[in-house]
Amino acid sequence: MGQIVDVNDLSRSFGSKSALDGVSFHATAGQVYGLVGANGAGKTTLLKHLLGLLRAATGAVRVFGLDPVRDPVGVLSRVGYLSEERELPEWMRVDELMRYTQAFHTTTWDATYARELLESFALDPSKKVKDLSKGMRAQAGLIAAVAHRPELLILDEPSSGLDAVVRRDILDAIVRTVADDGRTVIFSSHLLDEVERMSDHVTLMHQGRVTLSGALDEVRRGYQRSRVRFAEPFDQPPSLDTALAMEGGGRTWSVVHSGSLEQFHHSVLALGGEVVESRDATLEEIFLARAGRSRQPAEAA
Amino acid sequence: MDITINVTDGVPIYKQIVNQVKYLVASGLLLPGEELPAIRTLALQLKVTPNTIVKAYGELEIAGVAYSRRGSGTFVSEGRPQLALRERRRIIEQRIDALLAEAHQLNFTADDILRMVRERKAAMAPGTTAEPADVEK
Repeated sequence: MGQIVDVNDLSRSFGSKSALDGVSFHATAGQVYGLVGANGAGKTTLLKHLLGLLRAATGAVRVFGLDPVRDPVGVLSRVGYLSEERELPEWMRVDELMRYTQAFHTTTWDATYARELLESFALDPSKKVKDLSKGMRAQAGLIAAVAHRPELLILDEPSSGLDAVVRRDILDAIVRTVADDGRTVIFSSHLLDEVERMSDHVTLMHQGRVTLSGALDEVRRGYQRSRVRFAEPFDQPPSLDTALAMEGGGRTWSVVHSGSLEQFHHSVLALGGEVVESRDATLEEIFLARAGRSRQPAEAA
Repeated sequence: MDITINVTDGVPIYKQIVNQVKYLVASGLLLPGEELPAIRTLALQLKVTPNTIVKAYGELEIAGVAYSRRGSGTFVSEGRPQLALRERRRIIEQRIDALLAEAHQLNFTADDILRMVRERKAAMAPGTTAEPADVEK
C-alpha cells in the first residue's frame, strides 16, 4: 500500500526539443490516474520513464520506491504495460505469446485469469500474432499486461483506434485491476469521456508541462459552463470576466468559465445580457478551454 | 440496477449514482432490505472507477438511504429515506431551473408556467373530470 509512483521535477529533451519540463507526478495505491493532453504533450515520454525505458536526465523517478533504470526486474515484474503500438512478437502464436509472457512472471502468472480472458475475448490460441486484427492484437496485449496481476497497470492510449467492444474489454480490465485487490492504474487517453468515467485523479499535460492535476472532482469543481443571451448580437465573442472559452454567435453564446458564478452574472449583466442556465463543466469542456487559453496568453487574467 | 451515467451534463458521476439510487428507493423500485450491487459489479456495469461507487455508497449511507454490513454488502435502509429539506429543495430546484430555461426559450413567462402547473395539477387530481386514470378500473 501507499506510494506507488513518485516523479519529481523530471525534465527531458530530445535534441533541442524539450519533451518534459519540470514534471512531477504521484500515484498512490488503489487509484486510477488519467493522463490527458494533445499529441506531443509528453504523456508517452513520462510513461516510458516509469518503465525504465528512458533514464531521467534531471529529476527523480521512483516506482515502488525503486529506480526503474537501475532495478528493471524489481519494477517490471510488478508492472503491466500496454502501449498504443502494442509491440508484440509477430511470429508467435497467441498461446506461445502467453507462455512467453508467463516465463517473465513465473510466480505471479494467474493461468486461470489468462484462460478466462482468452475465452471471453474468443481469441484463437493457434492464431499467429501477425494474423490478428487490430482489436484482437489489443486483446492479446491486454492479457499479457494483466494476467500476472500487476500492482501497477500502465496503459498508453489503450483505446486508440479500437471499436467499442474492445474498448469495453480494456475498461473492464481497469475496473478489475482496481476492484479486485486495490491495485493502481495509470492510463493516457484522448477519449475524455473515458477519462472522466475511469479516473479518480486526472493530470493534464501541455507542451511537456503538467498544467492541471488533482482529484477529478476537485479539478472539475472550479469550472462552469453557462448559456448566455444578450439583447444585441455580437459578431466577436464578447469580453467576459473569468471566461476561458466561448462558442456561439449573435445573441446566444456558450461560455466555459472559472471562479464565482456571481461575478460571471455581473459581467454578463454589464453587457446587457442574461445567464440562461449554468452547470458544472465537463472534463472535455475544461480541457478544451484550457488548451485554447494557453494559445492566447494575452487573455490570461 | 437500472442506472445511466451521462458525462455530458457536468454532474459528477458519484452524484448521478446517488441521485438515481435515491430515486429508485423513493419510487419503490428498490425495496428496504434489498442489497445494492457489489462495488465491482456496478463499476463493471457502468464502466466507472470502483472508487466512484465507493464514494456514492458512502454518500448514500450518510444520507440514511443505505447501510453496509461488514463483510457482506450494502443494503437499502428500512423506511422511506428522510432527505433533508435542503436536499429535497435542491433536487426540485434543478428541475425548476431546467423548466424555466425551457419556458424562456419557448416564450412563456414565469406566471404562465405557474398557471400551467396549477392546471396540470388540477387535471391530475383524481375524480375532478373524466380522467384517463379511471378508465382501467
